[in-house]
Amino acid sequence: MKKIIALLLAVAMLFCFAGCGTKDTNSDADAAKSDLKVGFIFLHDEQSTYDKNFMDAAKAACDAMGVEYAQKTQIPESQKCYDAAVELIETDGCDIIFADSFGHESFLIDAAKEYPDVEFCHATGTQAHTAGVANFHNAFASIYEGRYLAGVAAGLKLNEMIENKEITAEEAKMGYVGAFTFAEVISGYTSFYLGAKSVCPSVTMDVKFTGSWYDEQKEKEAAQALINGGCVLISQHADSMGAPTACETAGVPNVSYNGSTVAACPNTFIVSSRIDWTPYFKYMIEQVQNGEAIATDWTGTIETGSVVLTDVNEKAAAAGTAETIADVKAKLLDGTINVFDTANWTEKGVKLESYMADVDTDADFAKDTEAIENGVFYESKHRSAPYFDVMIDGITLLDTNFG
Amino acid sequence: MADTAVKTHREPLFHVVKRDDMPWWKAWAIRAATIVIAFFIVGLLSAAVTEKSFGETYSVMFSGVFGRLFEGRTTMLWKYLQEIAILLCLALALTPAFKMKFWNCGAEGQALMGGLAPIVCMIELGPKLPYPVLIAVIAITSIIAGAIWGVIPAIFKAWFNTNETLFTLMMNYIATQIIAYYVYLKGGGSNVINPVEYGNFPAVGNNNYFINIVVVAVITVIMYIYLKYSKQGYEISVVGESQNTARYIGINVKKVIIRTMVISGALCGVTGMLLVAGTDHSININSVGGQGFTAILMSWLGQFNPFIMVIMTALVVFLRIGVSKVADTALLNSSFSEIMVGLVILLLVGCEFFINYSIKFKHSKKEARV
Repeated sequence: MKKIIALLLAVAMLFCFAGCGTKDTNSDADAAKSDLKVGFIFLHDEQSTYDKNFMDAAKAACDAMGVEYAQKTQIPESQKCYDAAVELIETDGCDIIFADSFGHESFLIDAAKEYPDVEFCHATGTQAHTAGVANFHNAFASIYEGRYLAGVAAGLKLNEMIENKEITAEEAKMGYVGAFTFAEVISGYTSFYLGAKSVCPSVTMDVKFTGSWYDEQKEKEAAQALINGGCVLISQHADSMGAPTACETAGVPNVSYNGSTVAACPNTFIVSSRIDWTPYFKYMIEQVQNGEAIATDWTGTIETGSVVLTDVNEKAAAAGTAETIADVKAKLLDGTINVFDTANWTEKGVKLESYMADVDTDADFAKDTEAIENGVFYESKHRSAPYFDVMIDGITLLDTNFG
Repeated sequence: MADTAVKTHREPLFHVVKRDDMPWWKAWAIRAATIVIAFFIVGLLSAAVTEKSFGETYSVMFSGVFGRLFEGRTTMLWKYLQEIAILLCLALALTPAFKMKFWNCGAEGQALMGGLAPIVCMIELGPKLPYPVLIAVIAITSIIAGAIWGVIPAIFKAWFNTNETLFTLMMNYIATQIIAYYVYLKGGGSNVINPVEYGNFPAVGNNNYFINIVVVAVITVIMYIYLKYSKQGYEISVVGESQNTARYIGINVKKVIIRTMVISGALCGVTGMLLVAGTDHSININSVGGQGFTAILMSWLGQFNPFIMVIMTALVVFLRIGVSKVADTALLNSSFSEIMVGLVILLLVGCEFFINYSIKFKHSKKEARV
């Protein structure tokens, strides 16, 4: 026993000395940078495509800006989020706290009230513009534009299948795996559908909900059920590899989300839209470095580089997809195309002239803001988080899940 | 002749012998050594995985638990004490049941039900009742809720001799589903109950944890006295040793089982209340976070002695927070901390084996002398 302890001690001392040697150089390099520090709170870890997208952006932005950062992963939407924020401030000395999940919001606001000198930024939240907490900010991106573009790629693929006589025009039915029946998901699948419809007018779509942002098995089963139900192309708004891998197995084309899944699905991956959070992270760091205020409600767009599409997988996509996407993207940028132009969709056969959306957070989910102006439903204008929740014609909800 | 004798009486390579003769100081020396070695192994593994130096690993662990204490920031220290208090309170709750050899594996569910009562009061009665009345209602309902969840398996055990381990475990799942349903009812779109502003325990000097810590400290002392010096505590020990003996000397075994489980469940309920009304002001299925199961080990490792349990919980919570910080700093998956805590508990449980039993090897010198 004595011998073992002596041995362990010796090893320990070796480690200590090794540590002493390297530590100095590191701290010198850091000191030359900035003393600002950002703390990130993630719902899951890098296994989740949603969180990985944030984690990659956090690293990219902080490395580019030369600031240090700390992170906490697997933080549920509970008091644990408050605890994580406090720890990042107290122990790591962070000056900006960022949390990535919708349900983190209330707990983050609690921490924000306690630490008025720290800036709190929150993705996908809805309360900042009404909470009245000066150091609490929301951010999102006009991802519906990205999904519209991805929908165009899907529509082109359907056209190709119709041309090749694989399906008839009436059989052009897409499937969509959603997490919950919330505005965020509804806005997403509707824009995807409208994108497809803009090039393939006969398209219809079935939607299934899993009731979870991350449940690989359920997402796989939902995708399989949609394929069995006659869907010839699948897209999803949930964060695991469930739907993409189900598509690869079944040989059904897939339009992905959160980033490329081409490595796992080389034969069926067409394209993926995602939000690139790097511009926002850079923005919030810059504002704090310059002593300026962070916007209460920040919406990233194609223009800011927040809404991006991955490279098109030529193997699965229809010919000319990349060119058409570039063309439509230009039209979105110059305003010739509006995703939710009421001329392009109907609700129960009627074109909408007016729609009151639930923009301000309250217990009763009251419809408080007119969203349609000049024949266009303006998404992400009155707040960054989506509020489009119209059930438009052509899309069938096979089930619903309100959580 | 000699050859056959050897063959028929073939000795195993080693055999295990129960030992009762170990002096207390020696037993504690073994435990202390195990703890030191366990910390050492954790440090070594952490250093290896995170590619940090050994010393640095410990300093990160330390800063994770105590924060920047030396700069006068005490928040993390209080948070540490709070985490100890919650785990300790659950361990204390289980101890009377365990002493009675009633394997209450339902602390998780009992605490969840004890947490459900306050959140229901806070949401439904919060705006209607004056603050002191609300706090009283919260305290009473959470104690009753926990006690009910604990006493149901006790009643079945006392009258029908059902297996309490399975029963209490099943009750956990029922409690979890009830919480899930309540969160679904009240959570709205995001499936999260936002912090409720009513019926929160008061913060003492801006400190949300202070009251919880004091409450658990008081419970610790009372539990020690109850188990060691009260008549009821003695009855629990007798029933635990032998139900027949207890019956023979005139102890109503059914009464003791039920009474003890009411206490056990009620204390779990108190833990749930401390979590919900004291700090979280919200609830979800993970509010107790599996600590109801860790508490089983804490009670055992503490030898059913509340004061030793304080040390054991302090140790385990230190590791949990500290190693999790090491993992965070190295941008590692947070499951790493759970693995390390599991490893240390395994070592501690393992050392109890060597305290209670000795291993005799074949042809060992000691045996030869005998």
